[in-house]
Amino acid sequence: MISYGHHRYPGRLFVVEGTDGSGKSTQLQLLYQWLKAEGYPVFFSEWNSSPLVKDTTRRAKKRRLFTPATFSLLHATDFADRTERDIVPPLKAGAIVLADRYIYTAFARDVARGCDRVWVREVYKFAVKPTVAFFFRAPLDVAIDRIASARPTLKYYEAGMDMDWSDDEEESFKIFQGKILDEYDHMVSEFGLTVIDGTQAIRTQQRQMREIVSRHLKEKLKEKAVLAK
Amino acid sequence: MKFYGKPLPNVEIEPYSGKLIVIEGTDGVGRSTHVALLRTWLESIGYAVLDTGMTRSVLAGRGIKNARAGHTLGRLTMQLYYATDFADRLENQMLPALHAGFIVLTDRYIYSAIARAVVRGADPEWMRAIYGIGLVPDAVFYLRLASVEELAARVLASGRGFDYWESGMDLGLGNDYYDSFIAYQKLLLKEFDRMTGEYGFQVIDASRSIKRVESDLRRLITRVIESEPATGGASAPTDVDVPNQGVNGDGKDL
Repeated sequence: MISYGHHRYPGRLFVVEGTDGSGKSTQLQLLYQWLKAEGYPVFFSEWNSSPLVKDTTRRAKKRRLFTPATFSLLHATDFADRTERDIVPPLKAGAIVLADRYIYTAFARDVARGCDRVWVREVYKFAVKPTVAFFFRAPLDVAIDRIASARPTLKYYEAGMDMDWSDDEEESFKIFQGKILDEYDHMVSEFGLTVIDGTQAIRTQQRQMREIVSRHLKEKLKEKAVLAK
Repeated sequence: MKFYGKPLPNVEIEPYSGKLIVIEGTDGVGRSTHVALLRTWLESIGYAVLDTGMTRSVLAGRGIKNARAGHTLGRLTMQLYYATDFADRLENQMLPALHAGFIVLTDRYIYSAIARAVVRGADPEWMRAIYGIGLVPDAVFYLRLASVEELAARVLASGRGFDYWESGMDLGLGNDYYDSFIAYQKLLLKEFDRMTGEYGFQVIDASRSIKRVESDLRRLITRVIESEPATGGASAPTDVDVPNQGVNGDGKDL
């Protein structure tokens, strides 16, 4: 098994991280459109999307079967499938892979739920280290306002209701997101996350993102795609 | 109560009054037969028993079975799916039963999971770190059969025939199920032998008759049951009149 930081692939992996409502998915969509328009071969990989694990996760959420440990391990299973299926092969073939949420999401959430920090990092040791990991940082109240206006009700695990922090969903969600944000802040130096201020205008953030991404792109990646056509 | 690594989050770590007894061994060695016999015996002498085994979790059992049926299960994914299944059974079956004073008999434990992963090229340290959540059992009985040809004969005698995963067909070790089974089980045997000292397995020679093996197991298990729990001051299980509410597995060994 090749562990984190030791993979050597010709492709590029860009990931976005941040609390719910930080605007990261919007930014990744815009980046995707730009890279495609520029002619790069781009693949998209989303959190929680493995066909082998999806049904198990859905059922467990519905029936509230998770504990912090099994929540962590099942998400790691999902991520392993995506790594083996959607992330490593295109990277080997020299493509660009974009991931909406990555291992840092698991580190933040699982540790907020009480899992051991070292253990969670061990579990995900097989992950490919991203070329750049963007962390869209928005203050807690901004993120919570965005979520509240986008979604009328919070889901059980999303609100951290399994942790008995509070009987009130909104209150529990705030406590959970606060813990997650603390974990992210700790990870900035640990993993060299690239922080983008999520309170800036969408276009400003996207400009910064494209500027950073373009430093890691080579014309070669593009030529390959053209030849393939 | 002792774990191999850090204990699970939100788990009561007070000493328990039950006993965790593991039956390990390669495929075809007779583990499930002995678990069934031991259960009947233990219940007949008044102990409440819970038996469990791989892929019997409520959470992940079905998902693993479906994933295996499709043959599209990657190696990392497989190991983590099994770890999920293990954690769910540990938290929701084994630990509650141990706290209630049950004898928990488990057909395979983390050792099989580690052995299978390692022969598939997983990093042994990675597997040990993941299974650091495992509770250290009160005893591990390793049913050992050194001849893989004899294992194959037993699989045939059981009428099940060779199965894709049990033969390690995903590893490409042989051209047919038989050749692959022999090569795969040899690798597993080597891993189990390697773990014997590390994890303190009590080795039981499984080439003998079922009766002989069973009488050895009974004798050794009696000793475990009668010993003071190593994990704390609680006494040996005395609540023998607890009605048996053990979760019965479907007996299908995956």
